[in-house]
Amino acid sequence: MSVERREARQPWILLSPALAAIALLLFVPLVFILIYSFWLRTATGADQIGFFLDNWQEALSDRFYRDILLGTLKIALITTIACALMGYPAAYFIARSRGNKAILLLLLMLPFWVSYIIRTMSWINILGVSGAVNSILLSLGIINEPIQMLYNETTVILGLVHFLLPFMILNVFVSLDGIDETLEDASNSLGATKWQSFLEVTLPLSLPGLAAGGLLCFVLGAGTYITPLILGGPTDAMFANLVYEAIITQLNWPLGSALSLMLLVVLGTLVLIYNRYLGMAQLMKGLG
Amino acid sequence: MGWSLIRGWTLLVYVFMFLPVAVVVLLSFNASQFGSFPMTGLSVRWFVELAQNDAILRAFRTSIILGLLTAVLSTILGVLASLALVRYRVPGSNLISTLLIAPILVPEVVLAVALLLFLNFLSINKSFMLLLFGHVIFTLPFVVLVVQARLIAIRRDIEEAAMSLGASPVQTFFEVTLPLMLPAVLAGALFAFTISFDDITGTLFWKPGGVETVPTQIFAMLRNSISPEINALGTVMILLTVGLPLLGLAIARQMSAKRGR
Repeated sequence: MSVERREARQPWILLSPALAAIALLLFVPLVFILIYSFWLRTATGADQIGFFLDNWQEALSDRFYRDILLGTLKIALITTIACALMGYPAAYFIARSRGNKAILLLLLMLPFWVSYIIRTMSWINILGVSGAVNSILLSLGIINEPIQMLYNETTVILGLVHFLLPFMILNVFVSLDGIDETLEDASNSLGATKWQSFLEVTLPLSLPGLAAGGLLCFVLGAGTYITPLILGGPTDAMFANLVYEAIITQLNWPLGSALSLMLLVVLGTLVLIYNRYLGMAQLMKGLG
Repeated sequence: MGWSLIRGWTLLVYVFMFLPVAVVVLLSFNASQFGSFPMTGLSVRWFVELAQNDAILRAFRTSIILGLLTAVLSTILGVLASLALVRYRVPGSNLISTLLIAPILVPEVVLAVALLLFLNFLSINKSFMLLLFGHVIFTLPFVVLVVQARLIAIRRDIEEAAMSLGASPVQTFFEVTLPLMLPAVLAGALFAFTISFDDITGTLFWKPGGVETVPTQIFAMLRNSISPEINALGTVMILLTVGLPLLGLAIARQMSAKRGR
């Protein structure tokens, strides 16, 4: 074998374990659940192999599933908007601060590293019946009985915002940090007010970061089932909860496959649209 | 005026991020037998009880073993792939990069279902092995991203210098490339460990009955009510998941500082 051919082969040898793992543990399983979604779980609990449209018919025509899917998208959208409104000014502050940016970023990363389940359940300590807010209000005499603030859609969104906000801030920060500050100065010196300069120069240039952060918040938010289980009430199930129910509780794996694929198609479409217009590079920057 | 408004807002955002976590730590030292306010005094009794709780200790052991194995496997796969992408001109490298990060583009619930059902079809039931496979596949993209970002920063000419001075490719790799890569490798491994240690979304699907990791153990305990023990466990988790990356960062700094001299 010639040296060149060996050279050409080497990267593939290095890549093959990772690519094989992804093919076998992700792509083949995805194809498998597509096939599985056309099987049927019979009353005896066995799978009937074949081509049945029953699961898809149920998943696509049942109002119950559609309402929860729409509700999930609504929760994810509100969460994303809240993250953008809270996160953008903070990212702007970090990017433009004269102080130590590294420390500010590190401070932001600290709660980010705290485990998701801990951060989610920590809100019970704040908003629960004997949580911080109630005990302060009680001791001040503002209320006589603790208020039930937990276990509704608002607390689900609150938990999601708390979980996802760092993703937004990091992505916006990365794009703001890459903008030449003198552009704003130039715009100011040409007669624009500071606010005008921000709206016409800085904001448009930071949109890729905002979009990357928004995509992450939306997709991660819409795919969660733990937050509604901990901070939501019985009626606050999100779509991923239905998947969990079907797979783990009801053991209806074919239906669970169809529901999973529905979620994948909806969220995957967003990722593809994003990729089409902005490319994956921006997303990598914020994650890396 | 505008700037101080932004500063105030940022401060509020930081308070929002930190406050709930700080309250967990605060309440874990509460002497009261309820995991909530009011504080009746400071005590470490919940940590003592934690250390005597077999279920929690088992969960810790499972999480640590799972995290370490995940880190090792994921880092090996990730470093090899990153080397190929950074060091060679590979046709279709954009597509390959996208494939490598595909596990984070697919919602974790969907990945969890697909892997569970497929491996079950292959007669691999819910087991530690399934957990390990799952954790490797969703930590791999993060390892690739972190390692790749750092590999790019290593200058190729140092290796070329070694080779031109007579080192063989293998010698060059072990004596030059590997030491230079070490911070990247460690960062990747640490990242994989932390993500694995934290995971609950996939883990709940993959774990066999009776096996708990720390997050699923917390989740199971939450089903009853929030006990002071959960807050204590939370504090330990916070120390671990925040302390480890900070330690890693410090080590990486130290190593690069040494090299700088």
